[in-house]
Amino acid sequence: MSMLDIENLGVAYGPLKILKDVSFSLEEGQWLMLVGPNGAGKSTLINAVAGGTAYTGRIRLQGRDITGMRPRERARRVGVLAQRSGVGYAYTVEDVVRLGRYAHGRDPKNAAHIHRALVQVGMEEKRDQSVLTLSGGELQRTFLAQVLAQNPDLLILDEPTNHLDLKYRQQVFELVGKWLQTPGRAVLCVVHDLSLALAYGTCAVLLKEGRVMDRGVPKKVLSRENLLSTYDMDVAAWSRRMLGQWNDM
Amino acid sequence: MERPGVDRDKKRRVRRLALYGAPVPLVFALCVCVGSVNIGLGQTIRALFGLLEAASPDSLIIRTVRLPRVLCVALVGAALSLSGCAMQGLLRNPLADGSTLGVSAGAALGAVLAIALGRTGMGGAVVMAVLFAFGSLLVILALSFALDGSLATNTIILVGVIFSMFASALMSLVIAFAGEHVRTITFWTMGSLAGTGYGHALLLAGALLPCAGIILCLGRELNAFAVGEENARHVGVDVKRVKLLVMVCVSALIGVCVSVGGTIGFVGLVIPHMTRMLSGPDHKVLLPASMTVGAVFLMLADLTARILVKPLELPIGVLTSLVGAVAFVLIFYRSRRGAAGHEYVGY
Repeated sequence: MSMLDIENLGVAYGPLKILKDVSFSLEEGQWLMLVGPNGAGKSTLINAVAGGTAYTGRIRLQGRDITGMRPRERARRVGVLAQRSGVGYAYTVEDVVRLGRYAHGRDPKNAAHIHRALVQVGMEEKRDQSVLTLSGGELQRTFLAQVLAQNPDLLILDEPTNHLDLKYRQQVFELVGKWLQTPGRAVLCVVHDLSLALAYGTCAVLLKEGRVMDRGVPKKVLSRENLLSTYDMDVAAWSRRMLGQWNDM
Repeated sequence: MERPGVDRDKKRRVRRLALYGAPVPLVFALCVCVGSVNIGLGQTIRALFGLLEAASPDSLIIRTVRLPRVLCVALVGAALSLSGCAMQGLLRNPLADGSTLGVSAGAALGAVLAIALGRTGMGGAVVMAVLFAFGSLLVILALSFALDGSLATNTIILVGVIFSMFASALMSLVIAFAGEHVRTITFWTMGSLAGTGYGHALLLAGALLPCAGIILCLGRELNAFAVGEENARHVGVDVKRVKLLVMVCVSALIGVCVSVGGTIGFVGLVIPHMTRMLSGPDHKVLLPASMTVGAVFLMLADLTARILVKPLELPIGVLTSLVGAVAFVLIFYRSRRGAAGHEYVGY
């Protein structure tokens, strides 16, 4: 069953067109990697799906147009881990994760979801600690726990491992892979690291200047020719050179 | 494994709210008893229950002067503090308060215009201030919507600041042509609740009850906003609706407070900060706690204004600004030392 259908999506800020006629679908069980250079419109696309910006075209979630959905209903279906800078006040880790249950009202399972999410991201022991005292990586894991506590069907991740070291980067991707094994779920993920896109994605969409350059299985989408025309550089050769350094050690 | 903490958290919250509420009746009683003439608690209670002769000096002082005034002071303190607290959460900005929207300047313009035209009292300055407050809100929201259909917070603040400057310029213009009313206007702008009566108290209570009721119900939403507006939208908060509700309620509260007491600075800025240091940032506790702390603070400030140079009286706005400025510097210094390197002043 289709989780997300995007048809002829367009977003413009005044005369500046950010997204132009973008169309693709995401099926249940799929992990779609959205890749492209800076300014390609990846975060804008996520913002449109999350209801944060006006758009033309059509976005359907599980067959329903998202414009007809109330914010709480959308939040029960879609969880978004956005790029962020920080939290203004000294909330505890648990306070922030608890916000993930906002759309579920007074569900008796709230406490269980919060606890499970904290354990999953390894922040259980810091649940009473102020978020102002966390490192960038810990804060990112706290917000990941918030999204997991939300228990959505579609998980949207905007560069989820930006602030994380290699160990947690691996843990987060493994965790999302495990999360995806439950039927009826899908992941839409923005990444800059193309190796991660190849390793974890089941499909990919390549964006450049607001247009879809290619879509399909990651190996086809991230071909040498596609990357050369999108990034104006030989990405594969550069990546091989970077990895080759490890062979000399 | 679930945490058996939900009921415990609720009980703890109720206990903390009772703790913050407890000083209100005590300070209220103190402020009614003490003034340029001190009246004992027993005599005050007898006067309140009509057990004293109605024409006796004590009864007259308590029932016609002090009781309505202290009521007004408590209500204004609670309203200003609640407004500041809600705005600081909504805008995720510790420097915001009820006047950030520009409605305060609009209300002041209305009151100054009424005084300049020789119309003081409930029928003049108060009505004009309330009307101008709502008019200002409509102008600010309409302009913000015209500039940015999504009603982004930054747009609203920017329009509010510009509107504030525009209203202040108009106020200066009115004062320049106010003639013999300049002295009255100057005293009004310093902020004072002297001479307020039951009518004013009724007006304040009429605004505070529904507006506080609405804002207090938005504790979870304001927590989400305080973490970040984008995050609030992602977890399912109807951000536009909440923003409009809070802004309309804050505007109503500020408009009525300015109309009754003039410009009383710093209560809406400093009290939520001080309360946050005591109660933490959870708006389910912080909002009601700010109301009670604001009421207590302004009652004590008004008492000080009444007795410091008695029989003369200091304008309460001057006193709150003096105390508030010192308190704010101390808070800011402490927060810079305590939360160095973080984006915001954090409690």
